[in-house]
Amino acid sequence: MSNVRVLVGTRKGAFILTSDGKREKWDVSGPHFAGWEIYHVKGSPADPNRLYASQTSGWFGQIIQRSDDGGKTWFQPGTPAGEPTTTPDGMPKGESNKFVYDSSSETGKPLTTHQWYDGTSKPWEFKRVWHIEPSLDDPDTVYAGVEDAALFRSTNGGQTWAELPGLRGHGTGSQWQPGAGGMCLHTIILDPKNRERIFVAISAAGAFRTDDSGTTWKPINRGLHSQYIPDPAAEVGHCVHHIAKHPSNPNVLFMQKHWDVLRSDDAGDSWHEVSGNLPTDFGFVIDVHAHDPETIYVVPIKSDGEHYPPDGKLRVYRSRTGGNEWEPLTNGLPQSNCYVNVLRDAMAVDTLDSCGVYFGTTGGQVYASPDGGDSWAPIVRDLPPVLSVEVQALS
Amino acid sequence: MMSMIRVVMPAHLRTLAGVKGDVKIEVEGEVTRASILDALETQYPMLRGTIREHVSGERRPFLRFFACGEDVTHNSPDAPLPQEIASGAEEFYIIGAIAGG
Repeated sequence: MSNVRVLVGTRKGAFILTSDGKREKWDVSGPHFAGWEIYHVKGSPADPNRLYASQTSGWFGQIIQRSDDGGKTWFQPGTPAGEPTTTPDGMPKGESNKFVYDSSSETGKPLTTHQWYDGTSKPWEFKRVWHIEPSLDDPDTVYAGVEDAALFRSTNGGQTWAELPGLRGHGTGSQWQPGAGGMCLHTIILDPKNRERIFVAISAAGAFRTDDSGTTWKPINRGLHSQYIPDPAAEVGHCVHHIAKHPSNPNVLFMQKHWDVLRSDDAGDSWHEVSGNLPTDFGFVIDVHAHDPETIYVVPIKSDGEHYPPDGKLRVYRSRTGGNEWEPLTNGLPQSNCYVNVLRDAMAVDTLDSCGVYFGTTGGQVYASPDGGDSWAPIVRDLPPVLSVEVQALS
Repeated sequence: MMSMIRVVMPAHLRTLAGVKGDVKIEVEGEVTRASILDALETQYPMLRGTIREHVSGERRPFLRFFACGEDVTHNSPDAPLPQEIASGAEEFYIIGAIAGG
């Protein structure tokens, strides 16, 4: 029987939750990197014991951590202690925490400013890594979505990072602006059927796609409608909160936008709303059932000004029809006086025969459903605010 | 001339560097904030970028530096530090600007 490992990033450290395939009894390990903000922890599909973690601090900046043993031990993949940080000829060696925007005239061409909240121009400034996406094939290749928004890639296990500058430089970058959480690249989807295709999403710019492994990019926001921007149907400027995709269905994407839940059937070239009968279509997370590409999950949040569930009832909504028709899932979830939020990277599904669904809250609970959402139980109740949840099925 | 400097870091940086208590580092030549941090980052490469920005080399905004009870945060990084720091009699402090949080 498979085991599962849930990787949880919180405001004050990382936690690793493990269980057997029944997913009833859990072991909790942590906090790892105690006291630091852990925006994301994710394992390599090619080597499940290879984990990457984004460890950040307003005081001390960005740290990338790596584990090669499933989270038992961690290290920074740059130059080991005691070794010189430069080669004999003066070239810098691996610095795993160094994220420098490409400003070369050949490739980085530089786009040096984006919009600030008030519409004025502001230079790009690296702040942190929001999302880590390991390659589907190679444990040493990994992507990082950062704030201020850009996409970086490492091909040496996180020792060094290089920007894929075609994204910032494709032409609309000067119009991007931060959402309430900052101007972050928070979603990275690698297409398992077309290895040159990558989708990313940026708050608040929108969704983008490359079909040549990250060299060139285009916005894919047609059909998005955002009342809070001057041109509601603009090419960029939309506050996309998260995008999810089923690996078997290469052209179907699901999006939770600031407001609105949307669907694309043409790899993002166009979108249409599938909010249907949701009690509110504001929210952050969205995910797809592991075995049914038309079954999707969201957690409706009351509004952009009130980041908690409507009526104090924590409800996951499931659609078995790819949107529009939604049912509330409440069994085991608090149905009174619940005022937590579920942040954009804090939902995941496992690939066991009976698909498990997981999400974490800003109240520190991590809930698990071993039966596709029919019933829920907390794995843990009192962690620091949860920033991200990922899950691995281990044979 | 080599000087043995004692450096006190915030707890999170001690954890990153894998050390407990203050650390001792050798500084060659004049003892300044810059030469101390250069030597510290050479001995503990995992601290690169955590005290000074990677590219600019500027102090990270929420960190401060103290020597012999004096705030030297806004002094030139190349200004000589007191003899008590150079001799190891006093520690050089790297401090988070805001406690808790």
